[in-house]
Amino acid sequence: MTTYYSKDHEWISIEGGTATIGITAYAQEQLGDVVYVELPDAGKALSQGDEAAVVESVKAASEVYAPIDGEVTEANDVLADEPAKVNEDPEGAAWFIKMTVGNEGQLADLMDEAAYKAYIETL
Amino acid sequence: MAETVADEDLKLTPLHDLHIELGGKMVPFAGYSMPVQYKLGIMGEHQHTRAKAGLFDVSHMGQAVLIGPDHETTAKALEALTPSNFVELGHGRQRYTVLLNEDGGIIDDLMVTRPLDPNDDGRLLLVVNAARKDVDYAHLHAKLPETVKLEVVDDRALIAVQGPEAVAAVATHAPAAAELGFMSAAPMEFDGIACHIARAGYTGEDGVEMSVPAGAAEAIARALLADDRVEAIGLGARDSLRLEAGLCLYGHDIDETTSPVEGNITFCMQKRRREDGGFPAADRIQKELTEGTDRIRVGLRLDGKAPAREGAEIALPGGDVIGILTSGGFAPTVGAPIAMGYVPADHAIEGTQLELIVRARRLPATVAAMPFVPNRYYRKPKA
Repeated sequence: MTTYYSKDHEWISIEGGTATIGITAYAQEQLGDVVYVELPDAGKALSQGDEAAVVESVKAASEVYAPIDGEVTEANDVLADEPAKVNEDPEGAAWFIKMTVGNEGQLADLMDEAAYKAYIETL
Repeated sequence: MAETVADEDLKLTPLHDLHIELGGKMVPFAGYSMPVQYKLGIMGEHQHTRAKAGLFDVSHMGQAVLIGPDHETTAKALEALTPSNFVELGHGRQRYTVLLNEDGGIIDDLMVTRPLDPNDDGRLLLVVNAARKDVDYAHLHAKLPETVKLEVVDDRALIAVQGPEAVAAVATHAPAAAELGFMSAAPMEFDGIACHIARAGYTGEDGVEMSVPAGAAEAIARALLADDRVEAIGLGARDSLRLEAGLCLYGHDIDETTSPVEGNITFCMQKRRREDGGFPAADRIQKELTEGTDRIRVGLRLDGKAPAREGAEIALPGGDVIGILTSGGFAPTVGAPIAMGYVPADHAIEGTQLELIVRARRLPATVAAMPFVPNRYYRKPKA
C-alpha cells in the first residue's frame, strides 16, 4: 500500500486497484471540530480536482477534492453518526471514500509522505 | 484547506500578546487581529462557557460617552436617534438599543448605560460594534445637538466574563460584582484597579462586561484565567453562543435595510416610544407595529445534521424560495444545526416546516422559538 498527498491536504492510499481517500491530520487541525461530512454516492464519477466531499466544521464548510480520476465505490458511513472521528483519526478510521484508480499516471502529481511533511513545514 | 493570515495593518487590542501566548488562532476581524479560537477549539470553548466561565476580549468594540449638561438633555438627544427610552433609565442601569437611519433601518445595535452616581448625570456610556464604530461616531457627531458631545474612549479595554461561574470568579477580585442585578452596572475595584462593570453580555448566560484601563487589562485577564473555572474564549464560540441565544449579529441578522420590527427586536422599544414616536421613520415603524411587516426574523432548527449557513435560501417544502438565512451553524449546546433568517410573516409561526437549500439540496427545517437555549440571566433572590 502506498500513500500519496495533495497540496490541499488530502491523502490517497492505493492497494490492489482501490484508492482510499481522506484528509490529513494537518487538515483536521486547521478545520477545527468537524460536525458534518457530506459524501458522494457510490457510482459517482470524479475527475482529478472535482469536489469529492464537503467537511463542515462549527464555523465553515470546506471542500475535499479528488486527487485523481476515479469512480466512487464506497462512502464511509461511520462519519454520518460520528463526524468527530475526522478529528480523532483522520488518516485511519475516518477515511471518506473508496474509489477505483481511474488514472494511475496522475499519482505523479502528488507528494509522497516525506515531501508532504516538508510541505506542511513551509505553511 | 490551509489558512494563513498575515496582516501588518491590523489593529491590536491590549490583550494581543496574551492571545498569542495562549495559542490563539488569530484572524482579521473588523480591522483588528482577534483570536477565533484557542487550544480548546470552538466547540470546547462554547461548552466551557455554558458549564463554567469564559473570558472574552471584546476590546475591539467601541466605547464612548455622550456628555450633556444634565441627564434629560443627553437622554433626549439619544432618544431622537433610537426607539428606546433613556429619559427614564435608572442610575446604574443598562439598556440595549439601535441607532436608526432615516428609513427606519438599523445603523448599529449597542448598549447604553446610565452612570450609577447622580454626580455623573448628563453622561451616557455607549458600547458599539467594532465594525460600525466609525459609522456610528460619524452619525452621532452629525446628529447630536450642540449641547451634547460625543467623547470616544480609546484607553480602555473591554473584557466579558460569561457563564454560571463567571460572576463568582470575578467577585473573587471585585466583590461588588456579586451585588449587581442583571443589566445593572457600577464602578468598582478589581484587585484595587478602578473598573466599570455591568452584569450583562451577549451569550444568554449570567456574567459581566468589564471596562478596564488598557494598561491593566492583561493583569486582570491573567488573574481571571488563573482561576480554574475560567478559560479564554475566541470569536468563533462567541458567535455560536450568541446564535443559540437568538441574538443578532449586526451586518448579518440586522442591517441598514431592516427595521427593528422586521428584525424582531421590538423588546428594545419601550411603551412610551412605541406610542409617541419621535425617532427616525417613526411613521414606518409605528405602522409596522400595528399592521405587521412583509418579512420577519425567525429562528430555525434543522431536522438533520448538515448545517445551513448565512446566504442559504429558505423555501416552502417542495416549493418557492421565500426568504434567506442571515446566520447559521452547528449549535454545540443544542447539539444540532440552527439558523436565523427572514421569512414572510405568514410562514413565521413556530413549528412551520420549511426547507433550507444547501449545495442544491433541500434540508428540512422547522421554525423554532428563540432563544434556542434557555437564557440564564441573573434574577435577584426575593428578600
